Amino acid sequence: MTDSNGSQRQGSHRPREIRVRVRRQDGPGQTPYWETFLLPYEPDLNVISVLQKIAALGKDAEGKRVPPVAWECNCLEEICGACTMVINGRVRQACTALVDRLLEQQPDEIRLEPMSKFPVIRDLVVDRARIFATLKKIQAWVPVDNYLNLGPGPRQSQENQELAYLLSKCMSCGCCMEACPQYLKIEVPRLPGESEDDYRRREMEITNRAFMGAAALAQIDLFNSNPIGAMNARERLDVLIGEGGIQVCGNAQNCVKVCPKEIPLTTSIARMGRAATIHMVRRWFDL
Amino acid sequence: MASYRVVVVGGGLAGLSATMKLAELGAEVWLISLTPVKRSHSCCAQGGINSVNNLTRQLGDSEWAHFEDTVYGGDFLQHQPPVKEMADWAPRIIDLMDRLGVTFNRTPEGFRDQRRFGGTLYPRTSFAGATTGQQLLYALDEQVRRWEVTGHVRKFEFWEYLGPILDQNGVCRGCTIQDLVSMEIRTIPADALVIASGGCGVIFGRSTMSMACNGSAVSRTYQAGARYGNPEFIQVHPTAIPGSDKLRLMSESARGEGGRVWVPRKPQDPRPPHQIPEHERYYFLEERYPKYGNLVPRDIATREIFKICTQEGRSVEKDRLCVYLDLTHLPRELLDRKLGGILEIYEKFQGVDPRSVPMKIFPAVHYSMGGLWVDYERTAAGGLRVGSPRNQHTNITGIFAMGECDYQYHGANRLGANSLLSCIFSGLMAAPGILAYVKDGDQGARDRLPSSLFEQAERLHKERFQEFFRRPRDGDNPYLIHQDLGRVMTAAATVVRHNEELDRAYEKVLELEARAKRCALSDTGSWTNQNLVFARALEDMFPIAKAILRGARMRDECRGAHYKPEFEMPSITADDPAETRRQAEAWCDRFAENTRRWLKSTIATCDPDGEPTIHYEEVDTSLIPPRPRLYGVVGGQIIEEVWRERQKPQVAATV
Ligand SMILES: Cc1cc2nc3c(=O)[nH]c(=O)nc-3n(C[C@H](O)[C@H](O)[C@H](O)COP(=O)(O)OP(=O)(O)OC[C@H]3O[C@@H](n4cnc5c(N)ncnc54)[C@H](O)[C@@H]3O)c2cc1C
Ligand code: SF4
Ligand code: SF4
Ligand code: FES
Repeated sequence: MTDSNGSQRQGSHRPREIRVRVRRQDGPGQTPYWETFLLPYEPDLNVISVLQKIAALGKDAEGKRVPPVAWECNCLEEICGACTMVINGRVRQACTALVDRLLEQQPDEIRLEPMSKFPVIRDLVVDRARIFATLKKIQAWVPVDNYLNLGPGPRQSQENQELAYLLSKCMSCGCCMEACPQYLKIEVPRLPGESEDDYRRREMEITNRAFMGAAALAQIDLFNSNPIGAMNARERLDVLIGEGGIQVCGNAQNCVKVCPKEIPLTTSIARMGRAATIHMVRRWFDL
Repeated sequence: MASYRVVVVGGGLAGLSATMKLAELGAEVWLISLTPVKRSHSCCAQGGINSVNNLTRQLGDSEWAHFEDTVYGGDFLQHQPPVKEMADWAPRIIDLMDRLGVTFNRTPEGFRDQRRFGGTLYPRTSFAGATTGQQLLYALDEQVRRWEVTGHVRKFEFWEYLGPILDQNGVCRGCTIQDLVSMEIRTIPADALVIASGGCGVIFGRSTMSMACNGSAVSRTYQAGARYGNPEFIQVHPTAIPGSDKLRLMSESARGEGGRVWVPRKPQDPRPPHQIPEHERYYFLEERYPKYGNLVPRDIATREIFKICTQEGRSVEKDRLCVYLDLTHLPRELLDRKLGGILEIYEKFQGVDPRSVPMKIFPAVHYSMGGLWVDYERTAAGGLRVGSPRNQHTNITGIFAMGECDYQYHGANRLGANSLLSCIFSGLMAAPGILAYVKDGDQGARDRLPSSLFEQAERLHKERFQEFFRRPRDGDNPYLIHQDLGRVMTAAATVVRHNEELDRAYEKVLELEARAKRCALSDTGSWTNQNLVFARALEDMFPIAKAILRGARMRDECRGAHYKPEFEMPSITADDPAETRRQAEAWCDRFAENTRRWLKSTIATCDPDGEPTIHYEEVDTSLIPPRPRLYGVVGGQIIEEVWRERQKPQVAATV
C-alpha cells in the first residue's frame, strides 16, 4: 500500500496517540517501576525521538510532572552502539526502532526497558564498563612497535579484508550479551569504606572471571587473524581457554540473531572453538 | 610513572591520536569524554580519508597538489603552512593507520584501494567499507586502551569538562570536570590541557552531527578567554534525510550514480511521485545548470534546494521542507551493487525502499570550519616546525586545541575526506610540541600551586550546578528553547544569509538566552541528571551562536560556505568580445579589492557578558597566491584569462 506521500507505510491504522510504557529505576539497587506516557501521533518517529518528546513534555499520561527518562544515545545512526535497550521485549538499538513499524507489530503500546544483563544506573541507562574491560583482557589491539613512520602495514587479500571488516564493525552495544543465556549479570556492591580504586580493582577481578560473551570471542578471531595481531595470538588463546572463555558458550546461537551489525558471531565462535582445541593440545605437549 | 600530566578533553579521532602519541612520548594522559570514547561522533564518517598515494602520484598528483586543492576548496581563508604540513604527512598517516589494523578496502593484488571525492581530480580517498570513521576511531581506541592497561592513560568516560582553571598569570593549570552518573564535581591539576571536543552542530537544532556535538567544551574555553576563529563558516551538506531527531547524511554518490533531483511543478502536488508525469516534474538543477545538472558543486546544490523550498515555496511536503532525490529510473541491480550501503541507511530509517520510491532530502548543517584559534610555528620552507610548543596552542598558555574544534585547516569550506585527516594529523603532530611546552615550563609547578586555586574553581562550578535547583519550577522548558534556537540559527545562518535577517536573529537569540538562564528543570535529583546537563550545555550554546551570527553579519562578501546574495560577484553578461573583456577586467578589479578587504580570519573574543567582539587577522597566503574560485560562474573562462595575465608580472617580480 502506498500513502499520499508515496511511502509504503499503512495509513489506515495510525492511532491518534502513542502510548509508551517505560520501566524506570531511580538508581542502582532501587526498585524499578513502570510509568506511562502519551504522545500525539506523528509519522516517521523512532524511539529516540519519542524519548526526546517525553523529555520536552515533562509529564506522564496522567499529567503529573515527572523527571525525563534517562537514556543513552549519540550518533542516532546505529553506529556508536550507545542506545541499546529492550523494546517490546527485544534487545535492539533505539535509534533504528521505527515507531510506525513497532505500532504495526503491537498497536496498543511501546514498551521500553533497560538491558537486564548490566547493572542499571538510572532508567534505561546501564553500566556497560564490563564490555570495555573485557577488551583489555583479550588484548584487542594490534601491538605495533611505535607510531613512527615505518611504511604501510602488510598487504592483505580482499577476502581477508572483508572478513576483518565484518568483525571490526562491532560497536560494543551489548545486544549479543543481553540475548545470551550464558552471559549473566554481575553487580558488585561497594563495601563500606572501600576506596574507589580498590572497588574498581575488585570489580574488575570479578568480571574478568565471568563469561566474556560473543563479541569478545569474535574480537579474538579478528586480532588473531590480523598479520601483526597474530604475533601474540597465543596470549589471546590463553585467555580464550581460560576462566570465562569459550568453554562457557553453550552454542545457543541467540547472539548472532540480535547483532544489529550482522556480525557472523557463531562462525567466529566455531573458528575459535577449533583454535582453542588446537591450542590446548599444543599447550599439553609444550608443558 | 610519568611525571607530566596532560588532560585531553574529547576522545574522537583528534583526542585519541593526541592521547596515544603523548602516552608514547611518556606523558601521563587523563582523557575526559561525555561518552565512552569508542562512541564518539567520529564513528559517523562514512566516505574516507585523503592522502596522496602511489597510484595518484603516477597520475601527476603530489603533496603539493593535495595542499593546493585544500586551499582552493577553502577559498584561501586558511593559513597555508599548517595545511602544507598536513598534506605532507597524509600518506604517512594512512600507512600508520594501516599498521594499526584499519580494515581499508583492498585491490585484488592486496594494495589499499582508493576512490575519488569532490574537489579533486585524483582518487586520493582511502576507505574502509562504508564506515571509515568508525574503523579509524576503533584502531585509535584500541591503542589508547593498550596505554590504559600500562597505566599511562586514565579515562574519565561519562564525565563532562566544565572549564579550564587559570592561575593569576592566566596560565592554564588544570580543569574542572563532573561525573555525569554521580554528579560529583572535581578539579584536576594538569601541566597542559587539550581541547578535542569536535563540532557544534547541535546549536542548529538538528544536523548530521551526533548528540554530543554541542560545542559546550569549546564555549567554556572561549568564555574563559580563548579566541574563536572564523565562526561564521558552517558547511551545509546538500542532501540529508530529514528526521525528527536527526538529519542523516545521504552521500553525494547517489547523484554521482545518476540520481535526479526534482519537485512537482504544482507546489505540494498531493499525488504520489510515481503518478506525477514527467512533464509535471521540475528537474530544477538540470534546467538551471544544464552543464553540470545534478552534479553541481556542493554549495550550489545546497543553495538551489534551499531556495526552491523556502523562497519559491515548492517543497514536496506542506509542513516539512524537502525535495525528491530520485533513483527509481535506475536498474535495481546497479543500485544494489554501487549504492547498497547508503540505500540501506535510508531504508532502515525511513522504512521506505529508495529503489522504488524517490527519497526525500533536504540540506543539513554538517561541519564547522571555524573553531578555537590556534597558533603554529612556520619553517623557512613553508611547513611547520614539528615539536614547537606553539603548534595547536590557543592564546591561553597551556591550552591546546585540535580536530573539528580548531579553526586551522579548512578555511571557508572543507573538502570531503579532509576532516578525518586533519583530526588525526593535528593530534599526532601537536603531541611533541605539547610535551616540549610542559617540559619547558615551571617544573613541578603542579604540586606547588595553591590549593585555593582549585577550591575556588570547584566552588564556582558547584554554585552554578546548585543554582539550577533553586530556580522557580514554572520557568521555560530547556528542550523547547533549544528547538527555537535551532530554528532561528538554521533560518538565518546557514545556506543563504541576509543582513536584516541576521540582525533579527541576533535579537531573537538574546531573548532565548535570557529565557534559557531562567529555564526550569523537570528533574531536581542529583543522580544522573541529564536534564540539568542539557540545560547547562544549552546556556553555553549562546556565546558560540552569537559569535556565528555576528561573524556572518559583519562579513559583507561571499566566500566558501558563507553566501550573501547581496554581495555576490556578478556574472559576465556581455556577448561582444570587447565588452566581455571590459566586464572581466572590472570583475577582477572587484575581486582584488574584495580579497584585500576580506581575505582575513574572523577572530571573536568573548566579553564578560558573553557578547562577541570581532577583529580580523591577516591570512598567511605566502605559498599559493589567492585566485578566484570560478565554479559555475558565467564567463569564468575570460575572467580566468584576465586574472592570469595580471598575475604574471607579479610572479616574475617575486621570483
Ligand atoms: C555524517 C558525517 C559524515 C562525515 N564523513 C566524513 C568523511 O567521510 N570524511 C571526513 O574526512 N570527514 C567526515 N566527517 C567529518 C568528521 O567526521 C568529523 O569532523 C570528525 O570526526 C571530528 O572528530 P573530532 O575528533 O574532532 O571530534 P569528535 O569525534 O566529535 O569527538 C569529540 C569528543 O569530545 C567529547 N566532548 C565534547 N564535549 C565535551 C565536554 N563538554 N566534556 C567532555 N567531553 C566532551 C565527546 O565525548 C567526544 O569524545 C563527517 C561528519 C558527519 C557528521
Ligand atoms: S552461541 Fe554462545 S555466545 Fe552466542 S548466545 Fe549462545 S552461548 Fe551465548
Ligand atoms: S557483536 Fe554485535 S551485538 Fe555484540 S556487541 Fe558487537 S555489535 Fe553489538
Ligand atoms: S544512538 Fe548510536 S547506535 Fe543508536
